[in-house]
Amino acid sequence: MRAHLTRRYRFSASHRLHNPALGDAENLRTYGKCSNPHGHGHNYGLAVTVAGQVDPRTGMVCNLADLDAFVERRVLEVFGHEHLNELPQFAGLVPTTENLARVLHRLFAEEFRAAEVEDVQIEETSLNSFAFAGEKEIRK
Amino acid sequence: MIYLTRKAEFSASHRYHNPEFSPEENRRIFGKCNNPHGHGHNYSLEVTVKGEVDARSGFVVDLKELKEVLNREVIEVFDHRFLNKEVPEFAHAIPTTENVAIAIWQRLEGKLEGARLHRVRVYETPDLFVDFYGEE
Repeated sequence: MRAHLTRRYRFSASHRLHNPALGDAENLRTYGKCSNPHGHGHNYGLAVTVAGQVDPRTGMVCNLADLDAFVERRVLEVFGHEHLNELPQFAGLVPTTENLARVLHRLFAEEFRAAEVEDVQIEETSLNSFAFAGEKEIRK
Repeated sequence: MIYLTRKAEFSASHRYHNPEFSPEENRRIFGKCNNPHGHGHNYSLEVTVKGEVDARSGFVVDLKELKEVLNREVIEVFDHRFLNKEVPEFAHAIPTTENVAIAIWQRLEGKLEGARLHRVRVYETPDLFVDFYGEE
């Protein structure tokens, strides 16, 4: 039996949407207030969905302790209370929430071994959310 | 195809314990969820059904009937119960959120007139939920 388990986390960080390849006027036109020079912050909500067969011995798709420990160490400690533009993950990459979703999806795909991560969803604010499942479609 | 979702809530307790594991293994794998007398949650359930709109009624499914089926098959069975001891599916299966979602699907499947089950979503807490879509 295949099931899909979603766990939610929160972290706060700042960013500035600015592409140095574009001039100041072009950045302002593209990113508006998000291009203000000293950045601004959000309380991000992160939801991670793992999928797989339910292990008959444990009743689990993924031991939550493994997922929580990975997210704590590799996401919350790395991204929480940071200025995303300064992190190596965003060297040469504008830290839009689209790109944050791709960065996090790749991290899970390449390094989380306890279960298959199906998609990551990020709420930038309660009005904006983003989801990324790599090359796959997201199931309704 | 129209998708229709109905919510319900129940409160129940459970314990994660596999008698085939040693006490140490149970503790290592299940952590606090292995505490001997169980612990509880306010579960929230979302059942999504799908179907075509009936031309006469304008419904995919009669919501009153869906509510009655949910109450009879799930809420009356699960609410204010210790799942391990009082719900037969968990006499042997561990009452994880995954298995709760599967059990609810199996209890509802085939009992809804005019609509097909699409998804059962069970929230154990606001930050943890499981989706089950039947056999994939």
